[in-house]
Amino acid sequence: MSEFVEYSLLGLLSGGVIALVALSFVLIYKGTGVVNFAVGEVMMLGAYFYYAGTVTFGLAPWIAFALSLGLIGLLAVAVERSVLRPLSGQSAVAVLMATIGMASIIHGAVEAVWGGDTYSPPTLLPRTPLTFGEILIPGTVLGNFVVAAVLIGAFLAFFRYTKTGIALRATASDPVTAAVLGININYSQRLTWVLSGLVGTVAGVLIASSAGLSPLLAAAALGVFAAIILGGLDSILGAIVASLIIGWVEALAAGYLGGKTRDVVPYIVVLAILIVRPYGLFGTRTIERL
Amino acid sequence: MRTGVFHETFVAEERLWDSTTTQRWMLAFTLALFTLPVWGTDYMLAMACIVGIHVIATLGLNITTGNAGLISLSHGAFLGVGCYTVAWLAKHGVPFYLTLPAAGFVTAALGVIVGLPSLRVKGLYLAIATLAAHFILTFVFREWEAVTGGVPGTSIPRASLFGFEVGGDRRVFYLIFACAFAMAVAARNLGRTYVGRAFVAVRDRDISAEILGVNLLRTKLLAFAIGAFYAGVAGGLLGYFYGAITPEYFVLTLSVFYLAAVIVGGLGSVLGSILGALFMTLLPELLRLAAHASSQWFPAVAGLLLPMQQVVFGLLIIVFLVLEPHGLAAIWARIRRTFHLWPFRT
Repeated sequence: MSEFVEYSLLGLLSGGVIALVALSFVLIYKGTGVVNFAVGEVMMLGAYFYYAGTVTFGLAPWIAFALSLGLIGLLAVAVERSVLRPLSGQSAVAVLMATIGMASIIHGAVEAVWGGDTYSPPTLLPRTPLTFGEILIPGTVLGNFVVAAVLIGAFLAFFRYTKTGIALRATASDPVTAAVLGININYSQRLTWVLSGLVGTVAGVLIASSAGLSPLLAAAALGVFAAIILGGLDSILGAIVASLIIGWVEALAAGYLGGKTRDVVPYIVVLAILIVRPYGLFGTRTIERL
Repeated sequence: MRTGVFHETFVAEERLWDSTTTQRWMLAFTLALFTLPVWGTDYMLAMACIVGIHVIATLGLNITTGNAGLISLSHGAFLGVGCYTVAWLAKHGVPFYLTLPAAGFVTAALGVIVGLPSLRVKGLYLAIATLAAHFILTFVFREWEAVTGGVPGTSIPRASLFGFEVGGDRRVFYLIFACAFAMAVAARNLGRTYVGRAFVAVRDRDISAEILGVNLLRTKLLAFAIGAFYAGVAGGLLGYFYGAITPEYFVLTLSVFYLAAVIVGGLGSVLGSILGALFMTLLPELLRLAAHASSQWFPAVAGLLLPMQQVVFGLLIIVFLVLEPHGLAAIWARIRRTFHLWPFRT
């Protein structure tokens, strides 16, 4: 029984970081309608910038973190201007392939510059573990969850209560009306990309600090697709709830069925969800009678 | 637009190669390919085999994604299914003219299962469903050791026809060439049938198609099935060519490779599939030659080859999407038009 509780707790806590990556994806989908396959690679690039800052240049961790956030923000702006704006009228396949192309470029560039080895960048958070009787929770897992929860709470407040946040939501739901009302669509979409990149960087640095940094980090983001589909492609709350559920299911599967099933169980969940409830738990239901 | 071509019967108008010029060029091309083992080097022969396999797979994906508009990220896994089916059947002594169609049909059945979510969801949700199917299939490749040999992989015995072994690059080349030719003509003909037109109707406006009487579910499932059939046959030929495969070959990058070939070549056109597959196959080789040539001046370049391939790959996709969304087929058509209308401007 305590095994179940331990797996569940670990799963829920690791779901927090999955929620950050899912947030990064959903921000873009909600804001610009683009399915961004490069989420994992941006995450990885942010983590590598942080590593370069702390280890190669010897900066203090927080300064390197701030620097990597800035660089990823600049990259997001550059990408949005050069790749996504020219493609804004094209079909979904075209834009999807463009993001896949971006992912490939970033992945290749990272491997070319830093190689394929695994590094351990220093952590930003304390490492002391937490014990509840028999259950041991590593400090990094708990720390990651706390950071993720705080960040997501901040985002939810941002979207609800600040003018910029409401402007972003308006652009997301109806760009034409938002433009008529005087909101600058270009800036809004650019800001959405920047925010998504920043959230991805935070997630990347957290994962890299706890699990090690290598080009395989980007593959971790593929598991997020299960969470996104479960929650609904365009719902932030859905992404969070679904990430916790997916994290929990993954931990239980890894614990009871063995580590190999850990990668495949989320995808079985995705297929089941798509057959039973295609738009996820919280996604907007577009009524289609086929 | 071609001038001076006058058809006197409907049959003549409907022919695939309807003018004497086209027929002569087609004949020359076929003869050149047929005699490739005679005038080509061994390297060219091996490359031609690989290009042939990629052409068949890209044709299939172009039917699913280009003609019917259904994004499929599981194509790489379908190749694996075809390959392992052929491996298993060939080990039990089934000849190649039965294993290849069997691989095609098994993969087509799997394609129908993967396409079932299209009953409920469209577009990008369907793409993610195919992504999920890809990962589940690759998991099965790694774990179902009785059939697939698990992580170390399996070997495929050589194809044989009445005791005549199809071994060695030359004979496999003819097998691949024959299959590729037949399947390309089949794909071209598909566009002229009810099924092909139904695909295009579903892609462009599926509600209107349904009003016109096209059964949406059947059409979408058929699109997946036909695409998967092509992938299965391509996978089987891959098995016969390499002789042994491991599950590591069928990764997500392979699916993305085929999607890129479809986009670079041109969505929805058979010529596009062929050009796209040719381009994507020859690109790594060109890069390798370039790295080799420049290694005299930049010795460190050789280690960067694989990452540079990925960067160039991604750059190509983006450049083609931004500058020429209709792909190589459109560029080819433009060049042809310039020659046809010369000295007039297009």
